[in-house]
Amino acid sequence: MAQMLASLEQQVEQTALITGSEAVAVACKLADVDVITGYPIRPYDTVMQYVAKLVANGEMDCEYIVAESEHSQFEIVKHASAVGARVFCGSSGVGWMYAFEALTVTPALRIPMVAMVGNRALDDPGAFGVEHNDALAVRDLGWQLVWVDSAQEALDTALLAYRIAEDRRVFLPCAISCDGAFLTHSQALVKIPTREKVEAFLPRYNRGDLRLHPDNPITVAPQANEDWLMEIRRQGGAAMERSYTVIREAYEEFKKIFGRDYGNPFFEEYETQDADVVLVGMGTLSTPVKVAIRHMRKEGKKVGLVRLRWFRPFAAEELAKTLSRFSAVGVIDRDFSFGSPYGSGVLATEVRTAMYQASKRPPVCGFICGLGGREVTVEDVRKMSDIVYRAAEGKTQPLTQWIGLRE
Amino acid sequence: MGRLFAIEIIYRGIFQKLLAGKISRAIVLAAHNEGKPGISFGRYGDSPERNGIPAKNFAIVGTDQITLEEGMAKYEPKEVDISIVVDDTLCKGVESWAWYGLQPANRLLKPNGTLLVTSKESPETLIAMTHRKEYPYKLSIVKGIPSFSGLWVYKDDHTDVRILGAIAKLLPELVSLESVKKMILDEWHDSLKVTSATRSYDRTSTVTVQPSQGNPEEPFKFEMPKWWEMRDGVTIPCIPQGKAMKDAETAKVGGWKPERNPTFKKYTTRTMRPVVNFDTCIKCTLCWLQCPDSCFDVTPEGLYDANMEACCGCGVCEAVCPVANCITMVNEAAFQNNASQWEAWKDNKTGYLKWLQEKIEQRPERSHGFRFRGQYAEQVPEMLQIAKDA
Repeated sequence: MAQMLASLEQQVEQTALITGSEAVAVACKLADVDVITGYPIRPYDTVMQYVAKLVANGEMDCEYIVAESEHSQFEIVKHASAVGARVFCGSSGVGWMYAFEALTVTPALRIPMVAMVGNRALDDPGAFGVEHNDALAVRDLGWQLVWVDSAQEALDTALLAYRIAEDRRVFLPCAISCDGAFLTHSQALVKIPTREKVEAFLPRYNRGDLRLHPDNPITVAPQANEDWLMEIRRQGGAAMERSYTVIREAYEEFKKIFGRDYGNPFFEEYETQDADVVLVGMGTLSTPVKVAIRHMRKEGKKVGLVRLRWFRPFAAEELAKTLSRFSAVGVIDRDFSFGSPYGSGVLATEVRTAMYQASKRPPVCGFICGLGGREVTVEDVRKMSDIVYRAAEGKTQPLTQWIGLRE
Repeated sequence: MGRLFAIEIIYRGIFQKLLAGKISRAIVLAAHNEGKPGISFGRYGDSPERNGIPAKNFAIVGTDQITLEEGMAKYEPKEVDISIVVDDTLCKGVESWAWYGLQPANRLLKPNGTLLVTSKESPETLIAMTHRKEYPYKLSIVKGIPSFSGLWVYKDDHTDVRILGAIAKLLPELVSLESVKKMILDEWHDSLKVTSATRSYDRTSTVTVQPSQGNPEEPFKFEMPKWWEMRDGVTIPCIPQGKAMKDAETAKVGGWKPERNPTFKKYTTRTMRPVVNFDTCIKCTLCWLQCPDSCFDVTPEGLYDANMEACCGCGVCEAVCPVANCITMVNEAAFQNNASQWEAWKDNKTGYLKWLQEKIEQRPERSHGFRFRGQYAEQVPEMLQIAKDA
């Protein structure tokens, strides 16, 4: 079998026209994932289909289990990871929520699961389009959360996620958020690295003293009372703190081996050098924002974009330092947090919190935009930029505004 | 600042949960009759309770609301006026599942506080079972067999009101007998219960226990690790498997003695324990096979020695043993230590047989757990008779 697989192995880097979901499936193949579980829900199910195809074609050798629900889907890989298997899982919207109990126990047990969230609006109403509230729901639970905006970045980030999550200093799960439709179902040209390079980049998963095995007899997750829980939470917190360093190291190593440089791992800056104001957002809305920025720059409006990749761990200090350079900041949330401070989205609240420690605090305008997969248009971006400009000029703006809403 | 009163009720999980809750509530309601505010609560960390595992309930009363809040600002009281022990075998100590080692039943007692025990035993027997304290305290006994029932069953054997009558005598500043009586009538509308409480009040007497009296054993001490000293991933090392046993006399090695949890012993989880007649044992393995706690050590000659570190006193071994009078459950109050019966038997077989016969005479009123429908109701007349005669 191994020989047969080797013969199918590509020897040189190739370019393929694939979707973001397919790119993640290819990353699973390259990372030689041992156990993959699936349960269908759109848009995540495309990954599941691609993995099944790779297995059926003999291109990939893994345990591929279709569970009876998302809850089991995540539980199965949690246990497989506990015995030392490299695992992959994923879901979308309410499917991800159905797995919630499994999602909460995974970080505490320090399971380096890598999952793909095909971001989808939460029911009801049943809607397929992208909204970030699904992945964001686990933001307080010890999951590392990263957003990508291209199929290439999806593939690369999946490889990075294994390296970061499986680092003994971290051992925390990582969810890669891919915007439903815009990324999961859109094909783009992606460079597929060779297995050789991936092996050089990605060490084998070694669970060490935490491996559940007859040769290492341990009890995992005994009942604990108030005398133990704070210490356990603090341990997870310390692991998340170490993740900052491990993320930096991993991107540095990635650049060396694959030759692709993502710059600052935590956020991408676009046209920010001389910008008066910037917009902040996550995921594929970066494309209309970038296009709008180009248009506006021709008109002399110096607008920039800060696209956040890593939401957990959140690079608060660094982000605050960067955003302090501008006269005003607009945060575009593809999510909404009911009853939150100033009726904002989750990202705006986090950005404001990060900014509070900064010595220079420009006004922060919150925008709720593109919910349920609604298009974020170039015109929407112009509108938001104008509002942020007005804030920069000292004209007080509402703290949260809905953009693209029929009103 | 006014005066703060704290009372704890140490009870057997499940079997006495309702009883402990009733007593705790009744104290607060009786004190309320005198205008004193109070609260009643269980030790939440012990939930979910398990059969027979020691647990606690607390009643805190203040002479005024501000004083009460001083007591409410703690998870649990650090010292109590009265420790009520509703099963006398708990005098040996308290090991809840979440606790670390064995803690004395009188641990929280203030100097001159009272240990109030429901028991048919003499003060001397109870004092010997209870850990020593560095200052004198009082012991008071409400005569009776421990009141056990199911989680949802209120066993109306007057244990609760008899304890309340005793409290009115021991700590009249907290509640007078009149307040107790009024509370009983308001809650239960039962004049017979009022009579029981009054009788208990009249007959309650105390003995003072000196620091020189009692079990000299040092209570278990446990150092809590810092967060960075703990293993991560919510993992703990397994207890090693164990090893073969050695016969001290013949040097024969064989059988199997499992390793056991070094911190969680089950010395006080039982109300009774099995005694084994090794001479009649036919080595059928049933006790060893059926024991839910794997408490039996297998000796080199293939006998089964119930290890008291692991025995919960459930009685399954006695029930499955096919030999008449080979395994017999005996009241835990009859034992002063947790030594190996097999070793005692090896050491002196005639002496052991004599000891065994003595112990079997102290067969308990079988109360550990539910066996048949109507069991609890059957026990009530006897309990009431004891209350009357006491």
